[in-house]
Amino acid sequence: MDAEMRVLDLLGLQGLIDTLRARGYAVVGPTVRDGAIVHAPIATIDDLPRGWGDDQDAAHYRLRRRADDALFGFAAGAQSPKPVLFPAEELIWRGRRTGEEFTVNEDGAERAGDEGPYALLGVRSCDLHALAIHDVVLLGRDHVDVRYAARRAGAFVVAVTCTAPGGTCFCASMGTGPRPDAGYDLALTELLDDGPHRFLVEVGTPRGEEVLAEVPTTSAPAHDVRAADDAVAWSVAHMGRTLDTDGIKEVLYANAESPRWDDVASLCLACTNCTLVCPTCFCTSVEDVADLTGDVAERRRVWDSCFSEDFSYIHGGAIRPEIRSRYRQWITHKLASWQDQFGMSGCVGCGRCITWCPAAIDITAEAAALRWTPQPAAGRS
Amino acid sequence: MSMVEHLHRAGTSPETLADPMRPRRYRIAHTRQDTRDTFTLELEPTEGPPLAYRPGQFTMLDAFGVGEVPISISGDPARGGPLEQTIRDVGVVTHALITAPVGTLLGVRGPFGTSWDVSLGAGGDVVFIAGGIGFPPLRPALLELISERDRYGRVVLLYGVRTPEDIIFGDELRSWAHDHGIVVGVTVDNGQHAWRGKVGLVTQLIPRAGFDPRNTTAFVCGPEVMMRFSAAALADRGVRPSRIRMSMERNMKCGVGLCGHCQLRELFVCVDGPVLTYDRLAPLLSSREL
Repeated sequence: MDAEMRVLDLLGLQGLIDTLRARGYAVVGPTVRDGAIVHAPIATIDDLPRGWGDDQDAAHYRLRRRADDALFGFAAGAQSPKPVLFPAEELIWRGRRTGEEFTVNEDGAERAGDEGPYALLGVRSCDLHALAIHDVVLLGRDHVDVRYAARRAGAFVVAVTCTAPGGTCFCASMGTGPRPDAGYDLALTELLDDGPHRFLVEVGTPRGEEVLAEVPTTSAPAHDVRAADDAVAWSVAHMGRTLDTDGIKEVLYANAESPRWDDVASLCLACTNCTLVCPTCFCTSVEDVADLTGDVAERRRVWDSCFSEDFSYIHGGAIRPEIRSRYRQWITHKLASWQDQFGMSGCVGCGRCITWCPAAIDITAEAAALRWTPQPAAGRS
Repeated sequence: MSMVEHLHRAGTSPETLADPMRPRRYRIAHTRQDTRDTFTLELEPTEGPPLAYRPGQFTMLDAFGVGEVPISISGDPARGGPLEQTIRDVGVVTHALITAPVGTLLGVRGPFGTSWDVSLGAGGDVVFIAGGIGFPPLRPALLELISERDRYGRVVLLYGVRTPEDIIFGDELRSWAHDHGIVVGVTVDNGQHAWRGKVGLVTQLIPRAGFDPRNTTAFVCGPEVMMRFSAAALADRGVRPSRIRMSMERNMKCGVGLCGHCQLRELFVCVDGPVLTYDRLAPLLSSREL
């Protein structure tokens, strides 16, 4: 949207939160809990991680005090907004059995939007792209996840330019950041210089413009627009990692029998951490829970992971009993087959899978290694 | 495309979206024991019309409070009668399904997936290759073919099972052979005393089946290893890989491409399959554990 850029100070940011809450949004944003940046309800700017930064590397995440009062001075938190719109566990339906009959008397879809609508505050560009990916996966095909649709439909997005990329970040490689380019109602870039603590605001939708009109802002001077551009340039130059996406699909498909999978498997614990923190992983399972009589039962949708052996189980055994084939499935899906399925990469370069892997397995390093590993002849022995 | 655009393309708003995870209720009208471990359920909808489906499609069948499993439809698509589903007793859910008393309500979602499209074989020879519990999903395709038998040339059904006692639809096999000119070859892994038929792999029946490979369409369903060897044997004889159609089995939790369990590299077997052509599958089946 072509609208004039505005500037918001700290009081203005509080005003934005107040306005969203007054409009009925459940505002969810970053906060510090248990030594990590996580998502939680936000009522005031004091709930935000003021003055907190982070250090991230493979298998390493530590919060650290910054020298300034930045509210968004950290990289990707422990979770993307994925659990807000696509919870780790939710009701599909609940039913009751009487003799041979059963009735479905509660449908989770009817309640899915009840907690919201949500306003997601502080969404990074990587996670914004992940949201757009979920929109395609869960809403853009023949069958739709109606519970996600209910939560997503009303969600208001306040994106934030990432000005403190971490050691495991590579959104610049994936073309997904660090500056939000689409999919937001409002986008902020935090400006920390000799002037007052302030945010450059870009408007993405008429709804965003409407909300912003209720908040005290000033017209953005040219030097603030330039300062935001400089912050983005700095951020691009400080990505901790890179991933060469050129021909990556062909690289992965050609390496189905690479000896490299054995090397990864010797480290991988199949703990599923990477899939849990990944903002695009969407695999789920269905669980049935009945009471002791078996007459009241509910079906739940729960996150699942291609790293668990059960994931591929059919009568006779798992399709992927070996960890090597599970890791191959995950990285091949993320970087290659996702392209065939959805016309886009399944990786947004947020780096969480690297940070939160207890064995320090690095998707960027594995992709690079596969690119340079000699390919054995394809085919079964 | 924005989320709103996606919903508009689907022609709907979040409030009116149909939930593919919500089952319809069907009543068990009849349970027939086919073999010692295989049963066919006949299901009648409690409300609404009978399920319209195409041969090769499957449903997600739900035993209340126990769970849900993908089961192929084994009935006659042209006959509007009850929904027929043939189930082997291999796990908790399938056991609950086959032991449920007549009159019990089951949840049914579907039908899902691609179909055999048996009419692609019209004007030429047709080979059906079935292994074990892979036979029931082929039955609707055979029945569709039989309803227009004169559109097809030589029709061969090759069927491999563990033992003679495991033969499903045995009476029908005889009538298809006698009344409809279908060449039926049955082979068993283990033939005891009374068995006078063939013993061995179903692929061993292919060379003498007498079809014209250059003008043959094949429909294959059974354990993956059997399908892989059968398809390779057919291709070796000159059947075009694009005319070898196979029904794949993978773990399925949703049936609609959302849960991710059934992925075979870029394929979602539940929506891109289960029926897929060998030219598409061959590269994917050549890697172990893909």
